[in-house]
Amino acid sequence: MSNKKNWPLWEVFVRSKNGLEHRHFGSLHAADAEMALENARDVYTRRNEGVSIWVVESKHITASNPEHNGELFEPAQDKVYRHPTFYDLPDDVKHM
Amino acid sequence: MSEEQIKNLEEQFEARIARDEKIEPKDWMPEKYRQTHIRQISQHAHSEIVGMLPEGNWITRAPSLRRKVALLAKVQDEAGHGLYLYSACETLDISRDELYEQLHSGKAKYSSIFNYPTVTWADMGAIGWLVDGAAIINQVPLCSTSFGPYARAMVRVCKEESFHQRQGYEIMLKLCNGTPEQKEMAQDALNRWWWPSLMMLGPTDDMSVHTEQSMKWKLKRKTNDELRQQFIDQTVPQADILGLTIPDPDLKWNEERQSYDFGEIDWDEFWQVVKGHGPMNKARMKARVGAWERGEWVRDAAMAHAEKKATSLKKEVS
Ligand SMILES: [Fe+2]
Ligand SMILES: [Fe+2]
Repeated sequence: MSNKKNWPLWEVFVRSKNGLEHRHFGSLHAADAEMALENARDVYTRRNEGVSIWVVESKHITASNPEHNGELFEPAQDKVYRHPTFYDLPDDVKHM
Repeated sequence: MSEEQIKNLEEQFEARIARDEKIEPKDWMPEKYRQTHIRQISQHAHSEIVGMLPEGNWITRAPSLRRKVALLAKVQDEAGHGLYLYSACETLDISRDELYEQLHSGKAKYSSIFNYPTVTWADMGAIGWLVDGAAIINQVPLCSTSFGPYARAMVRVCKEESFHQRQGYEIMLKLCNGTPEQKEMAQDALNRWWWPSLMMLGPTDDMSVHTEQSMKWKLKRKTNDELRQQFIDQTVPQADILGLTIPDPDLKWNEERQSYDFGEIDWDEFWQVVKGHGPMNKARMKARVGAWERGEWVRDAAMAHAEKKATSLKKEVS
């Protein structure tokens, strides 16, 4: 195996049509952003799967650690009052 | 971590899979799960990449422009499949470089079907029909496998495979409705690809070492023998429509089983090819490694260009 620099890894996000958000499609290797876009076009949108592509070098993504999911997401767990069903209303109240 | 803690984690892990939860790359996983997935996903990726070679052989000699664009698109899809799978595999903390190294050094395996030669145009038909057909049977259950990135890659792959099989079958159909020589060519291709296609579905259940663990992790949902039976049962009627004869004198409809009985598979041949003694093993590796080495200066130049551009951009900003 050579020790020289390999093409870095990029994450690819594709908007499949206007009105929808960009969604993570996968990753690929490319020398720079421009090439990453072109490669993403060839690898992930060969059948009109997209109208817009974002690429970002994988090393720039900060991800939460699933082992800390307990602490991270715990605060939302006991807040039932954030949901409409928490509130008691008589049945004859309509449109609410 | 103590042994007991690990055992606890493993139990929770298996329970998650049993509940049909997906495992994602950053989740804790047993080392064996990681290793098994690296092996299977990379083997799968290598098969897609090496699988381009037998068909690439005929792109320049396709008999019409229609056939040529279709074959080109199919081979390009296989490259895409390889790339989806390599990137799924890389989420398990192994680099692309290491994966290529394993393929090029012969440490990693790829599907042995690609070690057979493609000697006539009819082979393009037989490969699309039978080899992609068997691949679909192998791959569809993997769309719901437990490892998220692998399952997502397989969903994309499966969507694309059906055109591969149909373009192959159409080639066969055209040949079978052509001159006697053309039909003979189609029959000859079926004769050569039938048995290797059956072998593609893997060793018989009593010889297969990984099945039980693989079932648990949803890397397998049916056994090799079940998949093989499914392939035969759906392919025989397709051969009938072509007017071709399956090269198996023991092939016979079994009314009671509502399935075809079939003859003995030559597993010696299978293991010979797996061990590297197939007709094309050396040629395939030479072509693959050669392409990688001849492309090295291009990869280096692109990297040098990218770095130069990045530094000049930095200077402009400062
Ligand atoms: Fe494929
Ligand atoms: Fe295919």
